[in-house]
Amino acid sequence: MRIHGSLILALAVLSAGCSSIEPWVKPYDRENLADPIMAYSRAPISQDFLDHVFESREGSRGATGGGGGGCGCN
Amino acid sequence: MISKLLHTGARPFVITCLALAGAAGLSLPAQAGVLPEDRADLLYFRYDGGGVVISGPSVLVRKSIGENVSVAANYYIDMVSSASVDVETSASPYEDERTQSSLSMDFLHGKSTYSIGYVNSDESDYMAKTMFAAVSHDMFGDLTTISFSFKNGQNDVFRNVKIADVKQNDPDFQEEMESKSYSVSVSQIITKSMSMSGQFEVITDEGFLRSPYRSVRFFTGPGTQATQSEIYPNTRSSNAGSVRAKYFLPYRAAVDVMYRFYTDTWGVVGQTAELGYVHPLNNNKWIFEGRLRHYSQTAADFYQDIFPRADFANFMARDKELATYSALTAGVTATYEFKIERFPWLAKGSLNFRYDYMTVTYDDFRDARFSFGRFGIPPTTPFAPGTEPLYKLNANILQFYVSAYF
Repeated sequence: MRIHGSLILALAVLSAGCSSIEPWVKPYDRENLADPIMAYSRAPISQDFLDHVFESREGSRGATGGGGGGCGCN
Repeated sequence: MISKLLHTGARPFVITCLALAGAAGLSLPAQAGVLPEDRADLLYFRYDGGGVVISGPSVLVRKSIGENVSVAANYYIDMVSSASVDVETSASPYEDERTQSSLSMDFLHGKSTYSIGYVNSDESDYMAKTMFAAVSHDMFGDLTTISFSFKNGQNDVFRNVKIADVKQNDPDFQEEMESKSYSVSVSQIITKSMSMSGQFEVITDEGFLRSPYRSVRFFTGPGTQATQSEIYPNTRSSNAGSVRAKYFLPYRAAVDVMYRFYTDTWGVVGQTAELGYVHPLNNNKWIFEGRLRHYSQTAADFYQDIFPRADFANFMARDKELATYSALTAGVTATYEFKIERFPWLAKGSLNFRYDYMTVTYDDFRDARFSFGRFGIPPTTPFAPGTEPLYKLNANILQFYVSAYF
C-alpha cells in the first residue's frame, strides 16, 4: 500500500510537471528534423534485411528498433 | 530407413521468430502522432560468405486507409545454398527456401498510434508464427515519443533427413519453441538539429533452442576426436539496451551513432557500435550514405570449440554464434531520386544500391576442416584436433531496391 501510494504521488507530481513543460523546439523550428535524411532508417525494407543478417549471425538480439527519428510534425 | 542427416550446422538464417517481425518491415512508427507515408519497395538481396549464398526478393507495400489507418504487407523469400564450415565437416551441401509473409495495421488516435501485426514464416524444417502489438504516444509538445511493444512467437522445429534419397521431415522428430519480447523505447528531440532515442528489450525463449543438426566435438584420445549432438538449456532470457543519436549538419548532411549492450542467461555479453553519415548531392537527386558497424561478444558459458570428453557437461555447444568473436561491417548506399511527369500519382521514386562488406574474426572457433576434412574427404596434411587455425568469415552483402512514394 505504501508503494502504491508513493507511485500515485510520483505520477501526480510528474503529471503536474508535464503540463508546465514548454516545448523548447517549436514546430516551426523542426525543418532540419523533418528532412528525410534525418530518418534513422530511410528504407525499412533494406534495414530489416540487414538486421536479419546480423541477428542470424550474432549472439545478441533485440533493441534494434531505435524508436524512430524525424520531427514529429504533421 | 534413414540414411543420414541431410545437413548439419544448418539454419544460417533461421532465427527466433521475434526477429521476423523486424524482417517484415513492420517497425514501430517513427512518431506516434503521424502515420508512416504510403510507399512500395521491391528489394533484391544477395549474401555471399562462408560458403553460404542467400538471395531473394522482398516486397513491402504500405498504404493508408482514410485519415487514421495505415496497413503494411510484406512478402520475403530466402533462397539458401549452403556449404558452410559446419556443413563441410559433417554432411553434404544443401539448398533450402524460406518464405515469409506479414501483415500489420497502425491506427492513429490523437497523439497515439496503436499497432498490431502477424508474421508467418515457412521452410521445410521450421515454421514460425509471430503476433505483435504496440502503442506509441507523443507528449511534451511532440518532443517525446514513448513506445511499448509485445511480441509472441510460436515455432515448430523439424529435422530434414533423406529417406530412400528423398528429402523429408524426420517422422520421429518434432519440437516446439516459444518466444516473448517486451520492449520500451523513448525518442526525444534534443535541439532543432538533433534527436536521440533509447530502447530496452527483454526476450525470453522456452523450448527447443538448438539446431537439430549441429554437433559438438570432443577428444577421444591424444590427437583424436569424435562428435555428439549439442545439448542446450530449454530457456534463454536476454536484455538489450540501446541508445542512438542523429545530428543534422549545417551543410545538409546527417551523422548518426548507435550503441547497444546485450546480456543473456547463457553468459553471452555483446556490444554493438555503429556510425553513419548521409550526404545528398546534385540538388537532392543523389543521396550517398556510408556506415561502419562494429560488433563483439563473449562466448556462452557452455560453448567450447572442443570438449575434453564425451558428455563433458550438462550443456554443450559449438555454435560459432555463441563463440567469442568480433565483426566489422562497412557499407555504402547510393540513392537516385526521380519524379515522372506522366505519373502525377507518384510523388517520388528512387533507385537504390547498397553494398556491405562484413568480416568476422573468431577467438575460440577453430576451422575443423583442417582436421575433419571436407564432405568426408580427409585433409592431405591433417592438423591435430584443437590446433587448427582460427576460423574467419568474410561476406559480401548486396542490395538493390526500388522505392515508390505515393
